[in-house]
Amino acid sequence: MADQTFPIGGTLDLTPPRVAKKTFLEWMHEWVTTVDHKRIGLLYIWFSIIFLLVGGAEALALRIQLATPDSHFLSPDTYNRLFTMHGTTMVFLMGMPFLFGFANYIVPLQIGARDMAFPRLNAFSFWLTAFGGAMLYYSFIGGSGLYGVGNAPDVTWWAYAPLTSRAFSPGHGVDYWALSLIVTGIGTLGGAINIIATVLGMRCKGMTLLRMPLFAWLMLVVSGLLLITITPLTAAQVMLTIDRYLGGHFFDTQAGGSAVVWMHFFWIFGHPEVYVLVFPAFAIANEVIPVFSRKPIFGYPAMVAASVGIAFISLGVWAHHMFTVGMTSVDNTFFVLSTELVGVPTGIKIFNWLATMWGGKIRFKVPMLFLTAFLFQFLIAGLTGIILSIAPFDWQLHNSYFVIAHFHYMLVGAIVFAIFGGFYYWYPKVTGRMMSEKLGHWHFWLFLIGFHVTFDTMHFVGLMGMPRSIYNYDPSRGWGHLNMIISLGGAVQGIAVLIFAFNLIWSYYKGKEAGNDPWDAWTLEWSTSSPPPVYNYAVEPEVRSRRPLWDLKHPEDPDWSYE
Amino acid sequence: MSATTIVPNAAPADEWHLPSRGRVAMFSLIIGESAIFTIFVVAYIFYIGKSLYGPTPKQVLEIPVFGTICLLSSSFVIWLAERALERNKIKLFGAFWALTLALGVIFLIDTGFEWHTLIYEKGLTISTNLFGTTFYSLVGLHATHVLFGIIGLSTVLIFTLLGKVREEHCERIQVLALYWHFVDAVWVVVFTVVYILGR
Amino acid sequence: MNREWLRAPRRAAIATLSLLLFSCRAFAAGPQATPSIFAPASTPATDISHLAYFVLSVVAGIFIVVGGLLTYVVIRYRDRDAKDRREPAQIYGSNQIELAWTVIPILIVVVLFLTTARMIFAIQDAPKPPSALNVTVVGHQFWWEFRYPKLGIVTANELHVPLSSDKDPRPTYLKLLSADVVHSFWVPQLAGKTDVIPNHSNLTWIDPKHPGLYVGQCAQFCGVQHAKMLLRVYVDTPEQFAAWVKNEQKPGVQDPSVAAGRRIFETEACMNCHTIRGTAATGRFGPDLTHLMSRDTIASGAVPLNRQTLRQWIEEPDSMKPGVLMPAMKLNDQQLDELTDYLMTLK
Repeated sequence: MADQTFPIGGTLDLTPPRVAKKTFLEWMHEWVTTVDHKRIGLLYIWFSIIFLLVGGAEALALRIQLATPDSHFLSPDTYNRLFTMHGTTMVFLMGMPFLFGFANYIVPLQIGARDMAFPRLNAFSFWLTAFGGAMLYYSFIGGSGLYGVGNAPDVTWWAYAPLTSRAFSPGHGVDYWALSLIVTGIGTLGGAINIIATVLGMRCKGMTLLRMPLFAWLMLVVSGLLLITITPLTAAQVMLTIDRYLGGHFFDTQAGGSAVVWMHFFWIFGHPEVYVLVFPAFAIANEVIPVFSRKPIFGYPAMVAASVGIAFISLGVWAHHMFTVGMTSVDNTFFVLSTELVGVPTGIKIFNWLATMWGGKIRFKVPMLFLTAFLFQFLIAGLTGIILSIAPFDWQLHNSYFVIAHFHYMLVGAIVFAIFGGFYYWYPKVTGRMMSEKLGHWHFWLFLIGFHVTFDTMHFVGLMGMPRSIYNYDPSRGWGHLNMIISLGGAVQGIAVLIFAFNLIWSYYKGKEAGNDPWDAWTLEWSTSSPPPVYNYAVEPEVRSRRPLWDLKHPEDPDWSYE
Repeated sequence: MSATTIVPNAAPADEWHLPSRGRVAMFSLIIGESAIFTIFVVAYIFYIGKSLYGPTPKQVLEIPVFGTICLLSSSFVIWLAERALERNKIKLFGAFWALTLALGVIFLIDTGFEWHTLIYEKGLTISTNLFGTTFYSLVGLHATHVLFGIIGLSTVLIFTLLGKVREEHCERIQVLALYWHFVDAVWVVVFTVVYILGR
Repeated sequence: MNREWLRAPRRAAIATLSLLLFSCRAFAAGPQATPSIFAPASTPATDISHLAYFVLSVVAGIFIVVGGLLTYVVIRYRDRDAKDRREPAQIYGSNQIELAWTVIPILIVVVLFLTTARMIFAIQDAPKPPSALNVTVVGHQFWWEFRYPKLGIVTANELHVPLSSDKDPRPTYLKLLSADVVHSFWVPQLAGKTDVIPNHSNLTWIDPKHPGLYVGQCAQFCGVQHAKMLLRVYVDTPEQFAAWVKNEQKPGVQDPSVAAGRRIFETEACMNCHTIRGTAATGRFGPDLTHLMSRDTIASGAVPLNRQTLRQWIEEPDSMKPGVLMPAMKLNDQQLDELTDYLMTLK
């Protein structure tokens, strides 16, 4: 453990803050009206933890239904609503808010800024997202106009037209779905613009673009990507809303409209969205892996180039979700090639992480455990991605449980594992206390076991011909035993997540004091106190290399002598 | 604790330049908005000639020459206004700014008349056919952006009339003008697609 | 932490993996109850499974190399001595090494791409032989309509196609249309899936090499009962197929002993949705019932067809397939019996 007072320097005002007892209302008022990037970051993170639990509970209900063949635990309507809500929640209300939460909290600290570029826009973006989330869930009660049992959307999260038209989806479920995605989409756009302006316009002295921590770099790339991916979704949802409310014909196949156009618009958003979700995981890996391997990231410029490269290529691969739609063989071939090309920069990333660990002294604290599992699972998710990019193979695998397994490997095995790692890594900075290592180990191992039991097995039911989105299957199909195993794994994951939630709360009160720099890390956020003061830095810091705190701790061998 | 900075200051402070966050944000917004327009334009182009029943664009659309001239010239006028403010000629700035606003409003009114004719005389509404759906959405999306621009322009005009606008606001006003230029540029695309390609 | 911490789970995982792969593989040729994609019985599916084995082995190779490296790194470079706080050598990168691991993936991509492209063209652009049978498949919310334009047959949910062999190739070309929303036609043992999209006609083909019943189902979420939009493909020997065609081409049986039931069919709303050739009923919203009793199942493959299930289905379709678009006609017991008796004669 590093000297507790070590890297403080002039960046910190050591006068003890005045502590006043606040009433609950004052406390609420402070949080609701806050424009402080750290508080908004925490609001985002709380928001996504809540929806992680909600979406997880939905997933468990689905798994109970599928555990046995011909089960009657859920009615078909309920099942369809739950999986639609599960998908929408996990992508828009869990994954993206996590991204903005981490970006909000950490980016300004890492680049030596006192806040985001536009603090009010920041608060506005969060509250829009929160409002969108509330609106989506309100559909459970308001979906059929405030009577009866409600009518959440039941059209899957990719909501292929014309199933979403008034003729096939009466009621207001789809309206709530479309409007909520428009609203969260605007919030997302605001957040992305803010991050770009912050990263480009708020860096402290000396922090050139090529000295920025990779975390900040990835947040910049992901925000740039969001600008051009979330907006097509917003446009498509506006068209859907025009169809539903004004009698438009964009996706009305009876009036010459095209169902395929919706698919294109949706996946032009939908595929880059996968990278939008996975980049924060890369970002966390880029911070955690070097610090716990005690080495700088291997090939920093290549890592930056690979990230930008993935972002660019990801814009040209959307139709690999549409190999079964009946595109021409030439189109199919093009999208096979573009999709496989993503493998190249992705490979560079994996190898560079490996090279970072190579020759290091890897400290397997809980964050590093999660990130090691991330690497392993990200590798497999990437490889099954290659499998799915083989168009003829995809004709068999598309919309089967193999696909579900593949993207859950990405979304859970890579992203959620990395996010958990990020939690254990930055929790001490945010709260001033360490998360319990013991509970952390329980959380990690249970989650790892549960994850593999569930999602490794899921590949095989896909190969055995089980399609997705079905609430029921006949015993004669022979998928029953494997589904039971999958569901049991899901339960283990549920327990692990509850341990994590408990750890978050327990450690806040009982955790070990963390000090400013518990991991002996190198980026600027570890030079300020834990938790950081409102203004972050009393004096604007200056940097001369990618690892300012390394320079400070090792004056005999500073990084900038190698630049 | 001494108040030294983290690392010895090597580069002189005045060499540290960052792009203006206002401009960066506006450019980002423009990129995002362009993506939205791209989707609507693609939908428009894809559905050209795919309506199952009339009326067709050729039967009902007339080229809005006057409105187009107003909107495009406003881009030049707003540039004159920016230049005036840079040279601290506030009155001249105010005049050009008001002219820009007026041209924008004329464009909107022109669109309003066009729509009125289409709906009440030629019987084309958003639900008539695919052409109606794509036409009103695309032109309406652009008109909405003009409207937002007009709200922004009016706000600045009010501040100008109150005497609050000074040379130091140049940067912010240029950021707003950037948006207006974008709205004009989009019109060139929309105009080409709807009134030239689409007919 | 000791060395064993990663090994035991890995060993268990490998064992499970081999077991599971084993379970996907069918060893008997021909139709299986579990429609595994690794039990192909028709050229497209067989070609795909061969490509799949190739891709899987490439991917497994990559996994063994990279996963092995990761395991090695994790074990070899773990921090063994908590007291030794010296930092390891700080390495910032190496252009040669990074170039190497850029070029190798590119080569792998090129190989995979070329193999895939060849297969795409081979399956998708396969020339259609003159001996091919044409069938039009129409997806409806929760059931399938099959039309044989040259043979003048319309049937539902159970597709009959002739057996094909290398000596006597008789592939079936399926033109896929949708009456409402997007569906997807998937019989894993016969071919990959192809979406069934309104206002957008698609084509796929199969040439089953073993007779029997192949199961599949709709693979694109299409509404409440997507799960029970099942597919049954009967691959018939030439004699069986000829007999089936001959029977299907006949109009509906007219048995005077069940005239009462027929009257109910023609006076109630049944005829608005269903067709029975040779009667006044020409509805097209629901399945053609002319030869209802030549099928093994009702409710799009969800329920075996016999007198009892048929009667229950007419009485309360929702009890067998909640959310089905067929309404309960609120018939009394006698009407139900008569109607069921009539339908039972439609061989």
